[in-house]
Amino acid sequence: MGGLIRSSIARKVAMALSGLFLVFFLLQHFTINFTSVFSADIFNELSHFMGTNPLVQFVLQPILIFGVIFHFIMGFVLELKNKNARAVKYAKYNGAANASWMSRNMIYSGLVVLAFLGLHFYDFWVPEMVYKYVEFAPEDPTRYYTELLHRFESPVRTGLYALSFVFLALHLWHGFASSFQSVGFNNKYSTGATKFAKAFSIVIPVGFIIVAIVLHFKH
Amino acid sequence: MNLTLKIWRQKDAKSKGKMVDYQISGIEGDMSFLEMLDVLNEDLIAKGEEPVVFDHDCREGICGSCSLQINGEPHGPDRLITTCQLHMRMFNDGDTIYIEPFRAKAFPVIKDLMVDRSAFDRIQHAGGYISVNTSGNTIDANAIPVNKENADDAFAAATCIGCGACVAACKNASAMLFTSAKVSQFALLPQGQVEASERVLAMVNQMDEEGFGNCTNTGACEIECPKGISLENIARMNREYLSASLKG
Repeated sequence: MGGLIRSSIARKVAMALSGLFLVFFLLQHFTINFTSVFSADIFNELSHFMGTNPLVQFVLQPILIFGVIFHFIMGFVLELKNKNARAVKYAKYNGAANASWMSRNMIYSGLVVLAFLGLHFYDFWVPEMVYKYVEFAPEDPTRYYTELLHRFESPVRTGLYALSFVFLALHLWHGFASSFQSVGFNNKYSTGATKFAKAFSIVIPVGFIIVAIVLHFKH
Repeated sequence: MNLTLKIWRQKDAKSKGKMVDYQISGIEGDMSFLEMLDVLNEDLIAKGEEPVVFDHDCREGICGSCSLQINGEPHGPDRLITTCQLHMRMFNDGDTIYIEPFRAKAFPVIKDLMVDRSAFDRIQHAGGYISVNTSGNTIDANAIPVNKENADDAFAAATCIGCGACVAACKNASAMLFTSAKVSQFALLPQGQVEASERVLAMVNQMDEEGFGNCTNTGACEIECPKGISLENIARMNREYLSASLKG
């Protein structure tokens, strides 16, 4: 088991599993966000549940934060190790001839998503933590939708969110399907799973963009 | 055909190399890439200059000796061939061709375009074999029934010639395709299953120790492999490795 932690394959599998976990979280996040498009009440109810349920707040939320931190730290570590594996660069390297842009630039699409997460935490998570655990303000189950609309008031903010989701789609396009290969699932049965992953990589980020734009114009 | 060649020249393993430009003329489309380099070397020798050193042996795509990163791709722009099988008709008159060694920290340059690929040998030595008692009572391999699909997959994996194009193509200089082919060719057969766990652990461990990069599933190796070794082998090795590690 000791060798497992140091091995390149174990790192690859850890990257895949943390990525799959984040994909699952994205689906859950999108489902709740999407309700805001057609019903303020359902959105408020779900947000109130997520914001006050102790299991979500004190177990799932820390696991999620750990998952995000683990995924990006491991991403950086792998990038540095991989750069080091070819000390002298090619004078001419035709990467586009044999691999997609998405697969070759995961670190850059990942960095944009990471920067977006900083903005997103600043917009939602930090004020939420201050509201609940610093100011100890009284819980108002109807506040979530209003706060959400307020955040998407600015066209610049809405644009930044939409742009970030484009990079999320690029990141997912390679990352999601690639995670199957990493955990050893590549055979005649994996074709369907790969197609699902590719569809998910487009549908979910586009869905997030639609939600952001709809909320902007609802204001 | 008149060409401009930009070739990596490096005196020895310790020297710092650089790209050097050469003009070459009279190249026919039917010549192989290595024949074109032979013509260049004859010119250089006639001029009293040091010829360009490059690896080659069988010149028929079997031995895995020839290498070369040509215009940014291992074994050049054509598919499913080695450099010795690459014809000059793939290029046009007036083209500039970049010729570099396969680059990886684990493949140090010996001289010019020749690199030391003995890291692959050490991976193979770590477990790429089966232990058989050969003292006169060896059982005929054909006496053991093998499922046709597995036999075909094992054979396809065994066609890997160990040229190193997978490492050269990978943006991370990862040797996963080579190692996985060597793991798979045994893992798929009953004769190889006896030592499957020890084999995959030892070979992956050696691969990591040699300083190859991590696989990020770009798939460049599969595209550039002259023998078309499939990425399925890497998935199989991942499964084998995980199951062997968890067994302890």
